[in-house]
Amino acid sequence: MSKEIIKIEDLKRQFTMGTETVHALRGISFSINEGEFVTIMGSSGSGKSTMLNILGCLDQPTSGLYEIDGVKVKDLSRNELATIRNEKIGFIFQSYNLLARTSAIENVELPLLYNSKVTSEERRERAVKALEMVGLGDRLHHTPSQLSGGQQQRVAIARSLVNNPVMILADEATGNLDTRTSYEIMSLFQELNKKGITITFVTHEPDIATFSNRTIVLKDGDIMQDYLNHNIQSAADQLAKLPKQDD
Amino acid sequence: MRLFNLFKIATKAIILNKTRTLLTMLGIIIGVASVIAMLAIGEGSKESIRTTISAMGSNMITIRPGADDRGPARGSGGDVQTLTLDDYNVIKEKATMLSYITPVVNGGGQVINGSNNWPSTIYGVNPEYLNIKVVDLQSGSMFTDAEVQSASKVALIGQTVVDNVFPDGREPVGQMIRFDNIPFKVIGVLEEKGENTFGQDQDDVVIAPYTTVQKRILAIDYLNQVMASAVSEDDAPEAVTQVTEILRSQHKLMDNEDDDFSVRSMEELISTFSSTSEMLTILLVAVASISLLIGGIGIMNIMYVSVKERTKEIGLRMAVGAKGADILMQFLIEAILISITGGVLGVILGLGATVFIEKFLNWPTSVALYSIIISFAVCAITGIFFGWYPARKASALDPITALRYE
Repeated sequence: MSKEIIKIEDLKRQFTMGTETVHALRGISFSINEGEFVTIMGSSGSGKSTMLNILGCLDQPTSGLYEIDGVKVKDLSRNELATIRNEKIGFIFQSYNLLARTSAIENVELPLLYNSKVTSEERRERAVKALEMVGLGDRLHHTPSQLSGGQQQRVAIARSLVNNPVMILADEATGNLDTRTSYEIMSLFQELNKKGITITFVTHEPDIATFSNRTIVLKDGDIMQDYLNHNIQSAADQLAKLPKQDD
Repeated sequence: MRLFNLFKIATKAIILNKTRTLLTMLGIIIGVASVIAMLAIGEGSKESIRTTISAMGSNMITIRPGADDRGPARGSGGDVQTLTLDDYNVIKEKATMLSYITPVVNGGGQVINGSNNWPSTIYGVNPEYLNIKVVDLQSGSMFTDAEVQSASKVALIGQTVVDNVFPDGREPVGQMIRFDNIPFKVIGVLEEKGENTFGQDQDDVVIAPYTTVQKRILAIDYLNQVMASAVSEDDAPEAVTQVTEILRSQHKLMDNEDDDFSVRSMEELISTFSSTSEMLTILLVAVASISLLIGGIGIMNIMYVSVKERTKEIGLRMAVGAKGADILMQFLIEAILISITGGVLGVILGLGATVFIEKFLNWPTSVALYSIIISFAVCAITGIFFGWYPARKASALDPITALRYE
């Protein structure tokens, strides 16, 4: 049995909106093991975003247990949460969130700037390696405006890899991309996953789920389904099946 | 290490927004430059007043009849006859802090030489006068104590008088002139001193023994003033006290009575005039400080816009592990860098402006080191003060809200 990366037990999150209390998560339990590729699905209002924020240590649960890599997240201070995000989680966003007018390599270096244990030489070295891993070894000094959407998302993926996180957390990472490019990105995720990287992918697109090995479906703050995918599609194969673009 | 990284991030942000940063800096640059230039003008005029007054004899002490506080219904000091030769003798005898002392009587009149005449002032003094006023002779010699005793009709004249009554360039020494209707033999010409700070021509004088002037010209037995010089400039205030005490006992004044004379040192005169120019300096600096303040507000404004504009960036930085303190420092460093760079440029511009004012406008200026230090410190403080609030606001952002901010 591989190592448990994420452990969640009876997790609840409520928001007070004026006089009303909104129950975004109503007691959820699951765990994610090392090397898994999990998609968290759900329509809007299902508690998906709240789940993502808590998983990403951007938010704290109201009650229940959340452990990441053996660390109990509840009751950690703002600064301690920042350190966990810095060392254990790699974020990927729908809109890439790259720093404008800043080169790819500097964007990738960003998380390491906030880690005083990493020297500037090591930082550069790791950033180059991460960019090579996502196939952008020849675009180190391009700024986001000089890169396509898919390439920008690759830079963002490199940025999420650079701190050697225990888990990559992707939020609708293909939402802004066309089908072809999103398949390319998914095949990159599958490749990374094969190398042993744990990935949690939050999405509302069902076809994305077919590329993962496990799917958790949320509805109204509860888990509707949590199933293993026995018929994992290869994004690379799907990409090959797409009609050729005549350009 | 961490601070160094934040420093790098801040510099990068500044470089990415060159034009905006430069415009923001302009406020600080102009503020600092004007503070420095204004202080230089203020210091310069103060210094020039001090130099001119010192040239008149910085140890000089003048004793005049009549009290210093001339309220309504009091006669002017010159008309009062309470200062006598006895007073002079007592002071000369008892005051230990004085090196030279002379009685002074003076009056206006016409200097006549043949067909040339010129209105001037005659000063009746003793030979020590030259030491007190720090004046040398161009030619001839000073009269002697014996000539004072005998009330000889000898005189020394200043260059302005020479120019006007000896227009043909004849050597005046040895010639006879008349002051009003009294003939004087010219025995010396005073060294040229030019105008003093108050625009008075110091060369438009006739100097003669006080006995002669008292008896033959003015027909008085009192003195207009007594001039003395303190042993040194530092001893001047003490000499003033000493002379005051001597004169009070000489005039038999009770403790509750005011002085019926005034004793002033040059130092007091300097401070009177300095305080005027100090007022001017304060006014100038106040105006300049306002522009520095406006510069600071400019920084605050731009930092606010910057925080707002970069909310998403702040969210991202927080998501990848930046702590609140990191964000705070980043924006604070940015603000301080802007204000300090502005400060340096402002100092350079201010020094340039000072040189310009001195060279082309002929205003005396003097750059004080303290003005540079102060305006520089104000800059750094401005940066911290006006950068703090926006930076604080940035650091307190919630990463989730910041990330979703559009």
